[in-house]
Order: sequence, then C-alpha cells, then structure tokens
Amino acid sequence: MKYVDDFRDGTVARALGAAIRAGARPDREYRLMEFCGGHTHAISRYGIADLLPPQVRLVHGPGCPVCVLPVGRIDQAIRLALEHGVILCTYGDTLRVPASGRLSLLRAKGRGADVRMVYSPLDALQVARANPAREVVFLAIGFETTTPPTAVAVKQARAEGLGNFSLLCNHVLTPAAMHAILAAPGGVRLDGFVGPAHVSTVIGSAPYEPFARDHGKPVVIAGFEPLDVMRAIQMLIRQIDDGRAEVENEFTRAVTAEGNRKAQALVAEVFELRDAFEWRGLGTVPASALRLRPAFAGFDAEARFAVPAVPVPDHRACECAAILRGEKRPQECRIFGTACTPDNPVGSCMVSSEGACAAHYTYGRFRVEAAPTETTRT
Amino acid sequence: MRLPHSHPLDLEHGRIDLSHGAGGRAMAQLIEDLFARELGNEFLAQGDDGARLPACTGPLVMATDAHVVSPLFFPGGDIGCLSVHGTINDVAVMGAQPLYLAASFVLEEGLPLAGLARIVASMAAAARAAGVPVVTGDTKVVERGKADGVFITTTGVGVRLAGIDVSGANARPGDAVLVSGPLGDHGMAIMSVRENLAFDAPIVSDTAALHGLIADLLAAAPDVRVLRDPTRGGLAATLNEIAHQSGVGIVLDEAAIPVRPAVAAACELLGLDPLDIASEGRLIAICPAAGAERALAALRAHPLGTEAVRIGEVIADERRFVQMKTRFGGRRMVDWLAGDALPRIC
Repeated sequence: MKYVDDFRDGTVARALGAAIRAGARPDREYRLMEFCGGHTHAISRYGIADLLPPQVRLVHGPGCPVCVLPVGRIDQAIRLALEHGVILCTYGDTLRVPASGRLSLLRAKGRGADVRMVYSPLDALQVARANPAREVVFLAIGFETTTPPTAVAVKQARAEGLGNFSLLCNHVLTPAAMHAILAAPGGVRLDGFVGPAHVSTVIGSAPYEPFARDHGKPVVIAGFEPLDVMRAIQMLIRQIDDGRAEVENEFTRAVTAEGNRKAQALVAEVFELRDAFEWRGLGTVPASALRLRPAFAGFDAEARFAVPAVPVPDHRACECAAILRGEKRPQECRIFGTACTPDNPVGSCMVSSEGACAAHYTYGRFRVEAAPTETTRT
Repeated sequence: MRLPHSHPLDLEHGRIDLSHGAGGRAMAQLIEDLFARELGNEFLAQGDDGARLPACTGPLVMATDAHVVSPLFFPGGDIGCLSVHGTINDVAVMGAQPLYLAASFVLEEGLPLAGLARIVASMAAAARAAGVPVVTGDTKVVERGKADGVFITTTGVGVRLAGIDVSGANARPGDAVLVSGPLGDHGMAIMSVRENLAFDAPIVSDTAALHGLIADLLAAAPDVRVLRDPTRGGLAATLNEIAHQSGVGIVLDEAAIPVRPAVAAACELLGLDPLDIASEGRLIAICPAAGAERALAALRAHPLGTEAVRIGEVIADERRFVQMKTRFGGRRMVDWLAGDALPRIC
C-alpha cells in the first residue's frame, strides 16, 4: 500500500480541490467524461464530486466491461453452460449481469449450470487441465487491459494441446467506443476526456491523438487513484480554458506514448478485428471488438458450439443505453433505485461496482434523496 | 462404562463413513473416543439426550449459528474454534454472560478422522479457554458430495447481565460509534487460503471469544446502548442493520477506521472494500458520546481491544443512511453489500 498511499493523501486532495475551484471559470460549464468504470468507482468512493465546483460536471462513460456487454452475449454463455454442459469460467462481476428470462450466470448456476469464478484466464486453463473429460469455456470480457492475459491463455492451451479449452471472446476496443460516442448524431456535449488508465498502459497514449486533433477534445490519461483523477480534471480544465485540445499524460508512471509493444504483439498474434460488434448502449460499432484468428479457431467457442448470438433488446424502462452514452445521469432513469437496485439489477450499469448506476446507488444516492435533519446531540 | 469395540478408532488414517452416523456401535465409539474425550465435562458425562442444567438467575439469552466455512483450516483458526467463538459472541453482544453451548455436527462421508479430531480438539480448547462448556450435541453423517467436510451448528445460552440494556434498536443521535480493533482480518485470511493468494505478510484470522472484553466494557460503561460483532457483511452491513433497527443515520470518519495494511492491500488487489469483509473477534459498540472515552479506555485495557478507536457518530436521519466522511473531505455512503463480494474485473 505504500506505493498507493501517496495518491490518496487527503491533505493533498483538499489542496488540489481548492486549486480546481479557484482555477475553474465561474461563467462556463466543464463537461468531462471519465471513460473508465475504474475512474467512476474512484470518484464515487472517495467523494471527489464534493471537492469540485458545481460548473465541473463529470459524465460517466461506457468504460465498464460488464456494462457494455449486451444481453445476447450473456445468453450465449448461459446456453453453453445449461444446454451444452460446459464448465463456464469467467470473472467475478460478470456473474450477476442480467440476461434473458430473468437469468444471470449466477442464477443459471443455481439451476445446475457449472459456472466458476476465476481471477485470470490461466485459472480457467487449470480448470480445463483438471477436467479433461469436460469442455471448459472461458467467457472473456474486457477492454485492452484484459486481452493480453487471454491471449497468453490461448497460446498456452495450444502449446499444451488442451483440446477441451475454448474462448467465448467479447474483448472490445476503447478508441472505437470513444469514437462512437463522439460520432453519435445529436450526441452528448463533452469538453474533454479523462482517458483510461490500465487500457493506456497497453495501447499507449498515441491512439487518443485523433480525438484531440479531429474532434477538438482534450484527453488527459489518468491513473485510477483518486489524486490521479483530480489532477487530470485540473489538467483538462487548463486545456479547455487555454483553448487547447491535446493528449496529455497524467499517468506517466505507467503509460508511454507507444504503450506495451510486447502485449500489443501478443494480442495481434492471437486476435483480429471483428467487422462489427454489438455494444450495450452504443449499438453495433464497426471494428470495435476482437475475435480469434483462424490459426486459433480450434479455441473459439463460437465455432465449436452452436450458440449464435441473438440480439436482445434491453428492458423497456431501462436507461442504461443513454447513461452509457453520457446522455443521462443514473438518477434520471425512471427505475433507478426502485425496480432497479444492486440487489435486483435490471440493467447492467447497476451490476458492477464500476457501473455508473451501481456507483451512484452505493456511494452517492444520499445526494439526491431528502437531506438529513441536523445532527442533534443527546 | 466403556463400550466394547473390536477395533480402536483410527484417528490417524481413518475416515468418516455412514456407520458413524447410523446410531450403532461405530457412532457410539466416535462419540466416546473423540467428542466426549475432547469436550468432556460433567454435563456431557450425564450421557442423556440432553443436558440437565442448574437453575439460572436472570433472563436468558439464546443464539444459534451454523458454520460452513471453507477451507476448514485457515491462518489463525479453524471451523472448530470459530464455531465456539461465533456463538459465544452472539450471546455476549446481547449483554449476556454465555454459560453453555450445544453443538451439532454434519459430517461428510470420507472426512479424514485426523481432520475431525483436530477440529474437535480446537473446539474443546476454545470452549475451555472461554469457560463455556459444550454440554450436549448431535452427530449426523451425510453421503459424500452432500456436504463440505463438516458443518457445525452451535447454540449458546447465557444470562443477561443486570442493569444492561443493549440492542440494535437503541442507538440515538449523538452517540459515539466505537470499534475494538482492525477490521476484516478474518474474511481476508479465509479468502487468501481459498483463492490460493500468497501474500508477503500472511493475514491471520482475528477469531476470538469477546465475552471477557464485553464484560469489562459493560462494567466500566453500563450505559453502552448497542453491541454487535461485524461478522458476515463486515462493518458496512452491521452498521446498516443498526441504523435500520434504531431508525437513525450514522456518519463514519474514514481516516479513523482501522484496517491493517495487509488487509487493505489484499482488498485492493481483489477489488473489495474492507468495510464489507468479516471479522470474528471484533466488537462494535455504540454509547452516549459523553461516555465514549470511558468505554474506549475499558476496551483498550483488555488484550482483545488494545487497538480500539472511535470511528463515527450516530445522527438523526430518517432515511437511515450510513455515510462516511472520506479522507478527501468528501462524503459517500457505506451501503449494504449487494449479493456476494465479487472481485472487480480490473
């Protein structure tokens, strides 16, 4: 913890908050999108909004891998486990994402599906080794951060000749999603992006140049620690006030311009671009996701099992789509906190702790509900 | 009188089989050679289906708890001592002196007798150290695959201490919220073993019987209003329960909440919040603010409460929210955990 405590220093945070309040122009609004769910989580958990002036508005973006996974893809995983009898391995917070028929992977487990939580794709490989008579499918999700470990697992499976391991690949790409948000007709007004942390350690800062150059939106790449986020906000405000639109890197301790070349090469060896992929909230986005290359087709669960992805519309009352695009705030959804809660999520934004709705419900809903009466001492 | 057995119980290599729960000679041997030998006391020695106990003076308190921990053995304890501590604590936080325990074992066919012997010995040691005997019990064996080694249910009986009125419904605005030590040690100790996470500094469970600490606290501060042990769901769930029971809000000071660096680091790694993680030997006490220092002094004077601190305040809030002033000077809610504590993806 000694390496992160410096980035959680309350005294520094309060001073930084005061500097942001003093520096932000009172006559304008700053609408800043934090793309990553990790930033959303940090902002909520540390109460960062309380340190910002009212004209600085943080808009939650779609950077939560659990939130952007469409219902149809979870349905696929559930069918693999329930109908094809595979051992379905995936990350923890994927288990509760609502699917069709009031199911989720966790509920499917209760109905007899063999669903196992893993911390890494290599754990799924171990499950495959330990169960040679069973088919083991790793439900792979995530942005560029989680893709390299998946590539390692696939290569390892091939090296070991593990014939019972395959991948249901849902790896998606950050720049494509950012472009989709900016290109959406009548889309949300944004003044800048707090750029992804872990994703950028892999892809580097260079892929964000088009957003600054072509769209005129400043991007400041920030770490997930709360002081990182606050510094990035301060840097964005400075750029906006200066009339600049550049890619700046606050997270210099981990991110370089070119990123992690080795990880990029690994991903390129195992995966290729899909022509298009359905995102929850963003619809079908061209060249926004990855699939296994033909050389690794034997490890592709979609090729191996007859489980086509069937698009499923979101619940009619659910506003996750607008929230993921930054058009609405969680509390503006009609079912927020009533029909849709973390215990009984209707939409995916209420599932993961990185989801905008779950973060607001869990950490911030006291702000929109009636204020407490004054403390009275006995 | 000792029963005639053709073979001695093989505590080194033997395993539980269905005959150990069938009511026959094998079961009698298991009870005699293991349970009675380890846990033995004058009440168990009565050998009847229940225990005849002396009359008690004062209102009775009773609590029961099923223990299904996996793995059965973890750094700092095992299911045996945990099953004793957990129920003693449930009785003690009612403001009672725990007197007796009953224990019910569900054993899985195939369970190594050596493991069971270790668990029962640990249970016996914990009961002896606490001065709370196991006075009656039951044993069942289920087929392989229908349990997870061993499940232990313990029930405790105690007598409420005179002049003490503690309840989760008693918190009042202005009261101080105290905690007896660092939070989350037990939950992370279990998780570190369950998930094969090797940490540089091993995290050890805090499992302990709290009735001595509570007795000292109540002797010094009989005006304590609420006592709870933050087990499953951790501090967050416990305080939300109290807020709901009492119809109040609670505001915590993040900087004051004690969490060991190793526990905080492990939570960080897994994307979990230490406030949601279970403790098995920690006490939450809520008392009038005027008596908080006296109560803290009493807690700190006991070996189990040396790191006791004040972590927050009860406020009037009809929404019954638990909130926290963050280290940054911001505010956030401390909500109930939704479902199970699942690690975040990144």
